[in-house]
Amino acid sequence: MIEIKHLCKSFEDKDVLTDINAVFEDGKTNLIIGQSGSGKTVLIKNIVGLLEPTSGEILYDGRDFVTLTKKERTLLRREMGMIFQSAALFDSMTVLENVMFPLDMYSDMNEADRIKRAEFCLARVDLHDVGSKMPGELSGGMQKRVAIARAIALNPKYLFCDEPNSGLDPKTSLVIDDLISGITHEFGITTIMNTHDMNSVMGIGENIIYIEKGRKEWQGSKDEIMTSTNEKLNSFIFASDLFRKIKETQTCS
Amino acid sequence: MFLVKGIAAFGKYIDFLGKTFSVPERMRMFMKQYVREMAQLGVDSIPIVLLISFFIGAVICIQIKLNIQSPWMPSFVTGYTTREIMLLEFSSSIMCLILAGKVGSNIASEIGTMRVTQQIDALEIMGVNSASYLVLPKIAGLMTMIPFLVVFSIAAGFGGAYASAYAGIITPDDLTTGMLYDFNQWFVWMSIIKSLFFAFIISSVSAFYGYYVEGGSFDVGKASTNAVVSSSMLILFADIFLTQLLS
Repeated sequence: MIEIKHLCKSFEDKDVLTDINAVFEDGKTNLIIGQSGSGKTVLIKNIVGLLEPTSGEILYDGRDFVTLTKKERTLLRREMGMIFQSAALFDSMTVLENVMFPLDMYSDMNEADRIKRAEFCLARVDLHDVGSKMPGELSGGMQKRVAIARAIALNPKYLFCDEPNSGLDPKTSLVIDDLISGITHEFGITTIMNTHDMNSVMGIGENIIYIEKGRKEWQGSKDEIMTSTNEKLNSFIFASDLFRKIKETQTCS
Repeated sequence: MFLVKGIAAFGKYIDFLGKTFSVPERMRMFMKQYVREMAQLGVDSIPIVLLISFFIGAVICIQIKLNIQSPWMPSFVTGYTTREIMLLEFSSSIMCLILAGKVGSNIASEIGTMRVTQQIDALEIMGVNSASYLVLPKIAGLMTMIPFLVVFSIAAGFGGAYASAYAGIITPDDLTTGMLYDFNQWFVWMSIIKSLFFAFIISSVSAFYGYYVEGGSFDVGKASTNAVVSSSMLILFADIFLTQLLS
């Protein structure tokens, strides 16, 4: 479980996050939603330690990331996996080497076992016979799947996804969503995913946090989101004609 | 303002070196990267070093024969001067200035691209010391290969001088006499020692510019240019001090 208490982040005089409190539970896909520029990426970067919060606590199963020593942080980071918006695969390595990288760095397995584990992770994301290819030879969706395989190679306890569907067609987005949700439930991972894709929200959102202008405005599940009376959330959700019509249909029925 | 900025950048560079010079997390991974960098930064630079050194050796020989050699000077002066220029300055300083362009821009753009495409963030999330993992093998690889490049440059320069001699500019015997005249072995060592400092400047300064890129491809290009300009200037300054110190 990841718990955030009174998290604030400022860049010089500009407050980007203000007093964020949230709980992200184990074995659930926790979604952070909000408009572009609302502070979603800054929030996830604070949680994973790529940015230092101005104040507040980030508790990983009770361990406050902010007060951990450098060595303790390094150890904690080995329990994390992350999928970036751009996939962030190492372009000088083959697909198999990318997935093997965390194993090469931290596991004591022999080479044959490391290869076996990497191939298992690739198979888990439905990628076969691409191990020898370079990342540049794969489509965007396949690159995201390789990124998921790399993220789960070390059996992480915490999985972070920064807009993993960005730039993908709706069908491929669904595949990525299903993979993230499936892996979360299968391995009991605490997953936090940044998105502004409403299909993802309605498909896999078990615990959703809505952020606007750096403040948490709403928290609930995908079932509660359609019936929420929060005006700010509604103006974000129902900006799309499709969702407005769905809500109207639900209201009529 | 400029001074404050300069001091701040220097402090950031020292901090960067502190991050870089830490014990590698996995020696196996370090060695893999180290061998890769020796090939990419060193072995891949051999053709350009040989080519430029060969032609510069030939041109120095021709220029000295045509513009300096006179009946009042001994016939070996062309060979002697060619050797001294190649040993004292060209094969260390000028060759490293050329490498600052080739290798420096390569390092800055590679690391800069990794930064803007979040590959460095991915390393950090995995708990890897990205500066040490990416930069230390580059510094070690280039510093290992640079003595070989210096020796190849000297040899190619002499080869160029002999090529011009056999083309009829000067007799090969006069060139050989000049090449052997009053030879001081220390000059070869001096050239190698200087090049080690220059290799450190090229690899660390270029990596520093690449590592702290913010933005996109335009900024990577700018960092690459800044890396070449800064490492070239530092090589020139260091050359003055090292020449004084080692002569």
